[in-house]
Amino acid sequence: MSRLSAGTAPGTELARREITVDRARLVRYAGASGDFNPIHWNDRVARQVGLPGVVAHGMWTMGAVVDVVVEALGDPGAVLDYQVRFSRPVPVPDPGAATVLVVATVGAVDAEAGTARVDLNVTCDGQRVLGKAQVVVRLPA
Amino acid sequence: MGVDPSFVGRTYPPTPPYEVARTALAAFAEATGATHPACTDVDAARALGYPDVVAPPTFAVVVAQAAESQYVADPAAGIDFSRVVHADERFTHHRPIHAGDRLVTVLHVESVTERAGLSLVATRCEIADAAGAPVATVRSTLAVRPQDDGTQGGTP
Repeated sequence: MSRLSAGTAPGTELARREITVDRARLVRYAGASGDFNPIHWNDRVARQVGLPGVVAHGMWTMGAVVDVVVEALGDPGAVLDYQVRFSRPVPVPDPGAATVLVVATVGAVDAEAGTARVDLNVTCDGQRVLGKAQVVVRLPA
Repeated sequence: MGVDPSFVGRTYPPTPPYEVARTALAAFAEATGATHPACTDVDAARALGYPDVVAPPTFAVVVAQAAESQYVADPAAGIDFSRVVHADERFTHHRPIHAGDRLVTVLHVESVTERAGLSLVATRCEIADAAGAPVATVRSTLAVRPQDDGTQGGTP
């Protein structure tokens, strides 16, 4: 596990992780978040609106991938600002699972402010699913 | 019918308080794979200086989406939810959310713009605690596809 500090050079890879997501995971996320949009659990509805089938909640992906940053910081409360664009859906097959790969890289360090920007490269099957995925964090004291 | 631009600038009344439960944080942490023990274990959270278990970084979406529904589920707004994809999301945390918080949200409709045939609907939720102190700002943009369109990018 890498740690982030004021001395970490921009460009440093902080963490990478493969995260699998299956239909059961989406049902859990629906329940935990209150987002019951049927495109996240019903193939028929998903196809009716032009999707290949059930897709993951964009907010599931956003929530799941930031954990690599929390782990590197050692504090869930150290995330000050977190933004993403949803550039491509993550289809979740049944049976089976989709795999999302997240690579977290240090974008910038502001030692004076005690903050850093971590950029997330998030892909599924080699294609980017999140754009401009940036996490501003408070550096560990 | 398209998205009604006359809603832009509208501010909704504060929501009833959302009480943050330990069990809700644990369920959200489990669903998103949040591994840090401070999200589920009170002692681990207190060791980091928090009064109770702390929320994963995107938990505020639960509070924000409930508030946003005042607008997006209003038939007069003209947002056909079956044609909506989520375009972007941003959380600005003024302080971490923890169990025991009573969160009140004020929803603002920021903009409705047309781009490449899509209606982009941007909202901002200002989330505060029971004392009125700011906790989080959540910005969200939905892209609403017109009728008879194919498969645009974006994750719902």
